[in-house]
Amino acid sequence: MSRRQGAAQLTPPVTARDHVQGPADAPVTLVEYGDYECPHCGRAYPIVKAVQKLMAGRLRFVFRNFPLREVHPHAEHAAEAAEAAGGQGKFWDMHDRLFERQFALDDENLIEYAAELGLDVERFAEELAEGVYAPRVREDFRSGVLSGVNGTPTFFINGVRDDDSWELEPLLAALEEAVVASR
Amino acid sequence: MTDTNPLSAGPLPPGTRAPDFTLQSAPDKSLSLSELRGQPVILAFYPADWSPVCGDQMTLYNEVLSEFEGYGAKLLGISVDGAWCHAAFAKHRNLHFPLLSDFEPKGEVSRRYGAYRRKDGFSERALFVLDRDGIIRWSYLSPLTVNPGADGILRALEALATQASPA
Repeated sequence: MSRRQGAAQLTPPVTARDHVQGPADAPVTLVEYGDYECPHCGRAYPIVKAVQKLMAGRLRFVFRNFPLREVHPHAEHAAEAAEAAGGQGKFWDMHDRLFERQFALDDENLIEYAAELGLDVERFAEELAEGVYAPRVREDFRSGVLSGVNGTPTFFINGVRDDDSWELEPLLAALEEAVVASR
Repeated sequence: MTDTNPLSAGPLPPGTRAPDFTLQSAPDKSLSLSELRGQPVILAFYPADWSPVCGDQMTLYNEVLSEFEGYGAKLLGISVDGAWCHAAFAKHRNLHFPLLSDFEPKGEVSRRYGAYRRKDGFSERALFVLDRDGIIRWSYLSPLTVNPGADGILRALEALATQASPA
């Protein structure tokens, strides 16, 4: 076969290992592959927040790591920091903090955020230094590559890569369309 | 015989012997495809250096390089940009694989692979995976504005690896 068949599909699908916001039985699942140091992801962050608010109980949101390490020197550790916070039950708090403080992602900043979020800082710093969550971040990255992620951010709507714009209006329209299609 | 695909009928299909070429890989170096015989090769033709987005195709492949290398494969990026332009781009993006200049005669190699946009004067976004004997095993032409990602390449390399060592 010379041509790829069909649109890129999320591989593997959303499972219990994922970080999820919103109801499990929501008609639409939006998956983002993102990089905390990527300016485009930083711009997408409030847009995702807005669609979550607008769609309330009808949307499930999942974030997977796709750090572009060669162009974003802080991206890998930032991703591991979010996972380390997740290990202490605060993935989304750290996720939000990282995008809101995208301009300050040195290790000392990450540790400062962990303290602000009330995490066990010693454990956090140790896990970060030892790369405890590096394999998990790599797993996300590999799954992104196999799913056809072609940059950051890449969004999947109900498992299919969304190649359209992720500005608020088109993204919301695509999600609403997926709600209708799911009926 | 510089243009075996005058009508731009699409990229050379699987089963075709990959045309050999020698192109500049740096201002003072050149590379021949035949030097890479014995290992899988990925040829990634692309329109131009300095794509404005941070997730552009060459940047992505640079991040996925270790996955490609896991299959023993060598990645070559090819565009009509000159060697000095490639050198600056590769340095800026921290690229760890060669970018070849299909610069003089302009686009000749791209043409031979059916991967040239004559009216635009630059290469298509076209991908080829070659086996260790230099036979094309997979090819893909992406719409110009769509970064094809790396999944197709990885699947092709996986298929090659499976064929090479049947379980």
